[in-house]
Amino acid sequence: MRKLVIFILVVGLVTLAVGSFGLFERLTTGLVKVGWGSPIPWALWVVFYIYFIGLSAGSFLVSSLIYVFGFKKFEAVGRLSIFTALVSLLTAMVFIVVDLGHMERAFFIFIRPSFTSPLAWIVWLYTAYFFLLLTEAWFLMRQDFARLSRTGGLSGRLYRLLALGTKEGGEEARNQDMKVVKVLGAIGVPLAIAFHGGTGTVFAVSVARAYWYSGLFPLMFLVSALASGGALLTALAAFILPNGYRLHRDLVIGLGQLLIIFLGIDMLMEIAEILVSLYGIAPAHFIPIHDQLFGPNWYIFWFLGVGCALILPLLILLTIGRKSAVWTGLAGLISAIGFVGVRWNIVLPGFAVEELPGIGRSFFEPHWTYGLYVPSAMEWRVSLFAIGLALTVFALGNLLLPLESARRHEI
Amino acid sequence: MVIDLKKCVGCNACTIACKAENKTPPGVTYHVVIEEEIGRYPNVTRRFLPRPCLQCQHPPCVRVCPVNATYKRADGVVVVDYEACIGCRYCLVACPYGARSSDLGEFYTVGKTPTVAEYDLTPSFDYGREWKRSPDHRGASPMGNARKCHFCLHRLERGMLPACITTCIGGARYFGDLNDGDSLVAKQAASPHVMRLKEELGTEPSVYYLL
Repeated sequence: MRKLVIFILVVGLVTLAVGSFGLFERLTTGLVKVGWGSPIPWALWVVFYIYFIGLSAGSFLVSSLIYVFGFKKFEAVGRLSIFTALVSLLTAMVFIVVDLGHMERAFFIFIRPSFTSPLAWIVWLYTAYFFLLLTEAWFLMRQDFARLSRTGGLSGRLYRLLALGTKEGGEEARNQDMKVVKVLGAIGVPLAIAFHGGTGTVFAVSVARAYWYSGLFPLMFLVSALASGGALLTALAAFILPNGYRLHRDLVIGLGQLLIIFLGIDMLMEIAEILVSLYGIAPAHFIPIHDQLFGPNWYIFWFLGVGCALILPLLILLTIGRKSAVWTGLAGLISAIGFVGVRWNIVLPGFAVEELPGIGRSFFEPHWTYGLYVPSAMEWRVSLFAIGLALTVFALGNLLLPLESARRHEI
Repeated sequence: MVIDLKKCVGCNACTIACKAENKTPPGVTYHVVIEEEIGRYPNVTRRFLPRPCLQCQHPPCVRVCPVNATYKRADGVVVVDYEACIGCRYCLVACPYGARSSDLGEFYTVGKTPTVAEYDLTPSFDYGREWKRSPDHRGASPMGNARKCHFCLHRLERGMLPACITTCIGGARYFGDLNDGDSLVAKQAASPHVMRLKEELGTEPSVYYLL
């Protein structure tokens, strides 16, 4: 829906403008103005990073249902899901780069690699995934680029550039391209599982943090990626695809019903984790969960993580969502936003317990804040920059790129 | 290193000596003394646990570093290459003892008091190099890096003991080569009244506590 896309573009540009000040602060003053410190080394930006990387993996895996596993029913949302995966991946990378103490050395991960670090592995996998997404998107759209380059003018020139010399072919050429897409998608599925499971592994291997140190953790990452990415796509299919909830009613409702499964499994895993940890008395296991549920930030767990991400969408999807694509889309939107809370409660509770009892009171200096973290204004401003950038790129893509897969079927 | 907990009075001279020796900025500390209170007021006693970097035999912080910026030297000291560290802080996350700090570029007095104190601009000599510190160069290492106790490597290489050892008023700390059977530390580490922190994690700390 064009009006909504333009609205997103405006919101994105305003957010970007406000956030640019934050980026300027970040680049000139470094990390002095952050709210975290050595006791809580990973904070808001890491929360958003795993949130967006989850959205990327999730939307990509849903797109593979279409291009690899042949769910033709969802085809209209295929290109949009690949594009969403690309934008989310880039947003996640912005968040993780601004988080580095020495951003200018980020490329060291390639030139002086460590094979024992899960962090190094996932960066290599993200890179492979990025090129795979670009190639897949190009093969999906290159016939349309070639067709659109005939329109002339500035936009025609842009499409000619994007077509990279592709000549417009008929149905057969398209089918050939779709075969390439299928192969790329098939390579992408294990890749997405690896990089997102790998992101969970970055946390899970930390023997120092009992909250993360379990084999369940990488699996939870995958399930919640499918849930959050699926939720976002459901919303996008309803509200971003032209005439989405009217024209693609079955698709939206179908995605919504699929989302029920993802949310259900996610809930099951969370319940399992919470019950087991709460039963014990070992502080390293007990406190991170107890603080999430009843600590000062309880509302993040109950309102965002449980209410918005899981319960409300499930209630909608199981009742009015079965008939209404608008409600299904709304359920997806609410859930996708709620997952920010889930991500917060993946990162921060990991630091809820002092490494050695009493260490938090052994030293009093700025940034030495055990168990106490409130994101600083600068952190929020930088986050606005990255989110504004994501919205802007997303809206521009929707305005300029041929992201509706089903166009030729409609005509 | 061996620390005799019976002799520790919790004066924190070691923490201060470390601050002074390594010129660590706000929020960065290589050494802490953890206090634990036992009993309910007024019937309380306290016990102290000084904690430098434990220089583990199997350091979890080293394995997770994505760029090999932190590594264990042949002599056993775990060091950070300030020129290579990208500042991802994965090592801070991985350390089970909270022994690593992130240098966020803070100063004690710059922008906080009318005059800038000289010690804020004093260079540190970690790893035997001069690391200048100025608010005008916020991107310069070790700002943005992970930092940790290195057993005062720059002193060791000149035949001096780490600052925390020489300053200890109770003589509670011993330093030497654990692999040299005749050394005092090797004899004390072999005592039955010895413990290491979180042995169950398999990190094999090189710091022993005498009980």
